[in-house]
Amino acid sequence: MEEELNKPGIKTNRKDFLKKGLFAGSVLATGAVGISSLTSCSNNSGKKIKVLTADGKLVEVDSNVIIEAHPCCAAPAKESRKGIPGKKFVMVIDLSRCKHALKCQDACQRYHHLSGMNVWLKVFKMHDAETMAPYWMPKPCLHCDKPPCVKVCPVSATYKRDDGIVLVDNDRCIGCRFCMAACPYSTRSFNWEEPQYLSETKGAVYSPELGFPQKKGTVEKCDFCPDMLRQGKLPHCVTACPNGVFYMGDLNEDSVSNGAETVRFSQLMKDKGGYRLNEILGTEPSVYYLPPVNRLFPFKDVEITKENTEETK
Amino acid sequence: MEENKKAINETEAVAMLHQFNEDLLPKKFGKIGKAWVALLCAVFLLGVYCYIIQLRRGLVITGMRDFVFWGIYISNFVFFVAISLVGSLVTAILYLLKVSWRAPLTRLSEIIAVAAIIFAGLIIIVDMGRPDRVVNMVLHGRIQSPIIWDVMVVSTYMVLSILLLYFPLLPGISFCRDHLKGIPKWQKRMYTILSLGWKNKPEQYKLVKKAITILSVMIIPVALCIHTVTSWLFASTYRPGWDSTNFGAYFVSGAFLVGSGGVVAGMYLLRRFNPSYEKYLTNTHFDRMGKLLVLLAVVYAYFSINEYLIPAYKMKGEEAHHLHELFTGYYAPMFWSVQFFGMILPIIVLLFKRGRRPFPMFIMAVLVIVCAWFKRYLIVIPSMSFLPVQEIPEAWKHYSPTLMEWAITGGSLAGALLVITFFIRYFPIISVWEVAEEKGVSTDIIYKHLHEGNEK
Repeated sequence: MEEELNKPGIKTNRKDFLKKGLFAGSVLATGAVGISSLTSCSNNSGKKIKVLTADGKLVEVDSNVIIEAHPCCAAPAKESRKGIPGKKFVMVIDLSRCKHALKCQDACQRYHHLSGMNVWLKVFKMHDAETMAPYWMPKPCLHCDKPPCVKVCPVSATYKRDDGIVLVDNDRCIGCRFCMAACPYSTRSFNWEEPQYLSETKGAVYSPELGFPQKKGTVEKCDFCPDMLRQGKLPHCVTACPNGVFYMGDLNEDSVSNGAETVRFSQLMKDKGGYRLNEILGTEPSVYYLPPVNRLFPFKDVEITKENTEETK
Repeated sequence: MEENKKAINETEAVAMLHQFNEDLLPKKFGKIGKAWVALLCAVFLLGVYCYIIQLRRGLVITGMRDFVFWGIYISNFVFFVAISLVGSLVTAILYLLKVSWRAPLTRLSEIIAVAAIIFAGLIIIVDMGRPDRVVNMVLHGRIQSPIIWDVMVVSTYMVLSILLLYFPLLPGISFCRDHLKGIPKWQKRMYTILSLGWKNKPEQYKLVKKAITILSVMIIPVALCIHTVTSWLFASTYRPGWDSTNFGAYFVSGAFLVGSGGVVAGMYLLRRFNPSYEKYLTNTHFDRMGKLLVLLAVVYAYFSINEYLIPAYKMKGEEAHHLHELFTGYYAPMFWSVQFFGMILPIIVLLFKRGRRPFPMFIMAVLVIVCAWFKRYLIVIPSMSFLPVQEIPEAWKHYSPTLMEWAITGGSLAGALLVITFFIRYFPIISVWEVAEEKGVSTDIIYKHLHEGNEK
């Protein structure tokens, strides 16, 4: 089991991996494991797993009946409106290191159980004019400090927290999609139909910090993985990137980390000339970009359509 | 006016009142009327059926996706809000300006307003991903959101419009209560309840008149608000084509135009299917409405020029992309048809006296209405399409409404027409006492004799 966990890059059956990953994660992190309706289990995998119950007994159950009761450290809806005390999260994306490996997107899709069409983290080919050199640009939600989406929400289903994160509460969202109209960066997606991977997240307790289970008729978007941040860990895109493109950190501490190195945020901005997208709009994003200079990789063009990003998964 | 009143002696006036009552009582529908109701019911029920499917499967049955996330539900909403503005124009603005020829048009325009604003409210719920959570707007409403402003002004306008329809209708309802023969029991009961014990007393008329004046003053700012706030749903974003400071005035001017078109079309159809209305909706009324339409179309043209030509002079980034699609690209045929047939052609035709006869007026009014619907489509949809986006399926880049979406939208239009049709069937669509006043019958005679039946 440990072994399986340690090689997430291996092309295993995604669903299978998730189940094991979730299970192992929960045992290791919180020890809280729920067993769903043992009797209704139809397909036995034949594989028995030892789990620790809430009252301290060690029992052996079939691996297929295991779902996660408390998948992580996500705060409940009400608390998720406050944010993590004393923090002001910022992300830095180093464009000189991105080679369109899409590992960030894969990890994001997998850990948030996103249906095929809903992509929170997109990687765009930037080529504004013939005279300019093309480069790749990952774009998560920018978690603006003056978020236009929050301004227009009629029910406060999307909100800005003290720690800088903008979240969506899909238990409150009425599905008017005004936030999608207001967002100048087009980062939001809508669940037009019943979400595809509901079975994977069955039993998971929804939290806006978790982003799943998704709900039909509501809006969703990149959430900066606040459940990971609560544990002092980095978001999934940051850890999944093989090239250290993403840095995540706290503006108050003036430090950001891409997993391999931790650097001073202000120094990074100074050394590499950081900037934010569409400063002219006055939205004040929390995501900073480092310009694509002295690139690690030559630009290799790929025709990007939704169809072939699906294939790469 | 004073001389006019004196010229009509009492016997003449009473005979006139009796004639009005005779002509303007609601009548049973003939074959065409029944077929019309059946058709509308069928379209409406089909819409309801498709909406039930949408409730079960989600908005996936529409052509909308993440890229073009608002479609014809929203443009239809804008259309409904627009056409409902005419109620305030004819009943309130023309009333306060003391334009006497408006009298036979008030009720028609007010019922158009009421029907449209009701279905505007319904179609916006149809567009919601979670209509089951509509109560959240009350529980968690945020006053900072233009949607909440819209909910507030639209509901206020709905109430004011219904009152402005209802108060002047009281004498009419009580007349139907007392003088309509051979009607089913429920209909009689309905009249009894709705007439609120109206006794045709001069004091009651005074109260109604006072109420109309107060409501007319109140409804004008609210009417301007509903469409201005509706335009802000778009103008408060950064999208090309929506990000405009001209939007409020542009929307309001277009709304008055389409609403007046609606009244003209209604006038023509009323006359066509009930020739006794011809005495009340005269060629002079068409002539006057024609002149009003020209004025409104010219004002609309002015705001349209502001809306399109100034951004086109600058050709700023995304805005240029959007304008190219409208002027010469994918939407060009629709864009130019709508500009020409919905604005320029009516101005030209209606400038001539011959163009302001009922039939040509009707054709122009229908053109104005149809073009206004597609104009709202062009305002809402192209701002979301054709932006340079990647990583989405090819099919998402172009929006075309699905059959289900058309059925639901068609159902809402049929529903609004049904409300108007049923109103005409059961209530006097022309206000007898207001017309009598317009024709110079003194108020004393009206109060005394209006309620007499024509015993024959």
